[in-house]
Amino acid sequence: MTTEDEFDAGSNVGEDRAVGTESAAEERTLGQEFRSYALGLALAVALTAASFWVRGTDLVYGPSLAVALLVLAVAQMGIHLIFFLHITTDPDNTNNVLALAFGVLIVCLIVFGSLWVMQHLNHNMVPPDELMRMQR
Amino acid sequence: MSAQAVHALPDPHHASSQVTGHGAGGPAPKRIVVGYGFWIFLLSDVIMFSSFFAAYAVLFKNTAGGPVAQQLFDLRNTAAETACLLGSTFTCAMAGLAVGKRNQKWTQLALLATGLLGVTFISLELREFASLVARGAGPTRSAFLSSFFTLVGCHGAHVTVGLLWLGTMMAQFYAKGFRQNIRHRFLCFSLFWHALDIIWVAIFSLVYLVGTLPQELLP
Amino acid sequence: MLGKLTWQAIPFGQPIPLAVGAFVVFGMCAVLIWVAAKGYVPYLWREWITSVDHKRIGIMYCLLASIMLLRGFSDALMMRSQQALAFHAAGYLPPEHYDQIFSAHGMIMIFFVAMPFVIGLMNFVIPLQLGVRDVAFPTLNAVSFWLTAAGALLVNVSLVIGEFARTGWLPYPPLSELTYSPGVGVDYYLWALQISGVGTLMAGINMATTILKMRAPGMNYMRMPMFCWTSLASSLLIVAAFPILTSTLAMLLLDRYVGFHFFTNEAGGNAMMFMNLIWAWGHPEVYILVLPAFGVFSEVVSTFSGKPLFGYRSMVMATMAICVLSFTVWLHHFFTMGAGADVNGFFGIASMLIAIPTGVKIYNWLFTMYGGRVRFSSPMLWALGFMVTFVIGGMTGVLLAVPPADFVLHNSLFLVAHFHNVIIGGVLFGAFAGYTYWFPKAFGFTLDERLGKAAFWCWFVGFYVAFVPLYVVGLEGMTRRMQHYDRPEWYPWLLVAGVGALIILCGIALQIAQLTISIRSRERRREPTGDPWDGRSLEWATASPPPVFNFAVLPIVADEEPYWNVKQRARAQMRLVTAEPKYEHIEMPRNSPVGFITAFFAVLTGFCLIWHIWWLVVLGLVCAYISFVVFAWRDEGEFEISAEEVARIDRANREARAEYLRGLAQ
Repeated sequence: MTTEDEFDAGSNVGEDRAVGTESAAEERTLGQEFRSYALGLALAVALTAASFWVRGTDLVYGPSLAVALLVLAVAQMGIHLIFFLHITTDPDNTNNVLALAFGVLIVCLIVFGSLWVMQHLNHNMVPPDELMRMQR
Repeated sequence: MSAQAVHALPDPHHASSQVTGHGAGGPAPKRIVVGYGFWIFLLSDVIMFSSFFAAYAVLFKNTAGGPVAQQLFDLRNTAAETACLLGSTFTCAMAGLAVGKRNQKWTQLALLATGLLGVTFISLELREFASLVARGAGPTRSAFLSSFFTLVGCHGAHVTVGLLWLGTMMAQFYAKGFRQNIRHRFLCFSLFWHALDIIWVAIFSLVYLVGTLPQELLP
Repeated sequence: MLGKLTWQAIPFGQPIPLAVGAFVVFGMCAVLIWVAAKGYVPYLWREWITSVDHKRIGIMYCLLASIMLLRGFSDALMMRSQQALAFHAAGYLPPEHYDQIFSAHGMIMIFFVAMPFVIGLMNFVIPLQLGVRDVAFPTLNAVSFWLTAAGALLVNVSLVIGEFARTGWLPYPPLSELTYSPGVGVDYYLWALQISGVGTLMAGINMATTILKMRAPGMNYMRMPMFCWTSLASSLLIVAAFPILTSTLAMLLLDRYVGFHFFTNEAGGNAMMFMNLIWAWGHPEVYILVLPAFGVFSEVVSTFSGKPLFGYRSMVMATMAICVLSFTVWLHHFFTMGAGADVNGFFGIASMLIAIPTGVKIYNWLFTMYGGRVRFSSPMLWALGFMVTFVIGGMTGVLLAVPPADFVLHNSLFLVAHFHNVIIGGVLFGAFAGYTYWFPKAFGFTLDERLGKAAFWCWFVGFYVAFVPLYVVGLEGMTRRMQHYDRPEWYPWLLVAGVGALIILCGIALQIAQLTISIRSRERRREPTGDPWDGRSLEWATASPPPVFNFAVLPIVADEEPYWNVKQRARAQMRLVTAEPKYEHIEMPRNSPVGFITAFFAVLTGFCLIWHIWWLVVLGLVCAYISFVVFAWRDEGEFEISAEEVARIDRANREARAEYLRGLAQ
């Protein structure tokens, strides 16, 4: 059995690839792995710096700042997922991507759903502080 | 299928199977099972954070006459915290490479670096919290502050648990070497650590950067 | 030193809780002493308490659920009798007590009866149906069970030490905030749920991983039994929804313990947000409960009609549609809170849409029966009872999904009748169907059929007698949770409802009788082949009870219903058609006390958090961490079963089946 000798770099999310029958093309050298992580770090640093710069500068159109920061954040999350968590569009990775998609869907439903609902509720209903003051 | 089909197939708690893809080749190898299980645990954790995010977004304006985000958050501190966490993600990946090469020295060094960066992150965060409390902007002041402390504090609590886990991993690698089940645990740890950095990206972007924008520019 | 805990915590001044509590405590002590005296402790420790075998854990879950059913039903009897008596009268339960009873009733039934039953059935059946040896994470499975039991224990402790929450089964603020609920009741509720919630989340992760990553060779997604599909959907919902419960209850805990302001009336808190978040969990929760029940019915209807399930693909799509849609309807639980017509309209339409996939399923079950040779054994009776009852309950649900109608009926007994209609008709009938269907597989002998059928009829009739009056009285304007009332129109209906509860009590008594009598006469009820119902899926290919390793050799699955096809060929040729396999040694996970120990420290820590005994909280957490590390340090995770042992066990079952086949030739 080859399980003991498999080369694992540590943070691969459970792939559907069968261990030990990996084709030679899949095997990456230490150098390649390192360069990939270094690239991921560099991109993440760049996006972080960009976020802080966008926040501080006058050069970006004001009302679009929030959206710009959101976009940069999503991009950086993507970099992390790809470079550090090895989420790819490989057919063997389908389960992981589906799970991620499901999770993202639920997150969006909860966050945006709650915001939509609460906004309407807050608009229609008297806040409790005021309600209690009215009752005195 | 191969001639193997006629004979007893390998037991799922051990061997590799010869056929890939979509589970029709029999139970997946342990590493894949463990990795996937932990991955969906992480997704559940992300969903938990998202409900804290939702609460934060809903309660953002409920400052009860107290301090607002703009007055409270020091972005240089945030930048320092971000640098620590990003650095620790990278050192964690390096530890992964070292584990792959079964190199005890570099594994311990990379993990130690990860831990130190994590501890620095936590200290910076605790200092920020303490200074907020000292200024009368503690979590009991308003709903906005309650939700801020809970969201960011929950992330910090996860990092702290991660550090505890990290220490245990270092001890286990040292005591037991690179046995398969310990490498699987390390796989889970590194997934956890990277996921925490992803959540931090959302926190520093939305809570600190967007949150401190002037009133007119808030969505 | 002991926080808020004093002797006043024991309800010396209240006769009913005191009597009941004393009865329970003495009863438990008597059982424990009997068990110890008979020398069963080593056996129980070795074979059950430290077991990581999914079959044992599944049985323990179902046992926990059954015991808690008795507690929850006692609460129901008290509620019904109080309402039957309290017309222009005070009844026998003072409001402070009555409030605790209806809160405990709802909370126990959902979290400690329905959830464990469903998870227990999933645990027992899924690895067998998938043709594998155990779930993905066996030790985690044990931890999950024991954490659930820990939560149940905490709730029961509240009966004797302290009090329970008075806020209903979901603790709405501001009533549940410290200002208006200063006692320990809400804290008992919150910590019990946080602890068992961790267990449930772990169980969901375990099941989802097992179904997606561990199946017998050749079993691709479209060859899985329907029960596995619905369990997959339910497990994914657990993974997605329970974190919301954890976070929302955590926010309430922070408000109560540390003075935060998430849901308070002051400092900007927003109580409406609690309702929003808790129902974002709460709606998926009911689908978590009902989807595995649908799976049980798919198995039962197909087996007892002697036909494969009709419309497998559409069933799969309906199931996954329900899984996703269940996250888009939650606002229908608070139409009246004031979100306005736009929001109400969206969620109302979504709530009506979600009835469609369920309708598809009902049609598929009916078409499965059509053209089949239907056998009316007790599992099938439960399935038929479900079809009628759940459809009625579903229709009242669609009525409630119309916001204007809901404005009249929200929080009336009409609502109460609706959700009992679907939960009893769907989840509980499904649990009972699964219990009667898989009992012979789990224990090796059948249950008495006559008593089983009698129990079904009592439950079925009793349900309608108990709940149809509640629909009527709800339409007449009666609100839920009333401790007394003065409208004469309601009185006769509530009397009838009380009678209904008594009929259900007969049903439960018959179920207890069925179990005890069947155990007593088990030797003559033994079923040697392991296939008492002429089953179609892989679990019926094993002995009853299955050996610890389930299958001597993992079966190779070539099509849907692999066991059925092999069996038909064997019957045609009147001999075994599979050759004796080449037996090899099997490695199985070792038992571990880590589940029980973790739960012990969870109960201790929870109790101390409730009573503010802070130093012991810290100690409990430290000990929990230490025991976890000790477990993580073990070197031997598995033990080996020799090839000879495997051969011996498997040959015995093969021989029993061969004998049955030879019997066909005569």
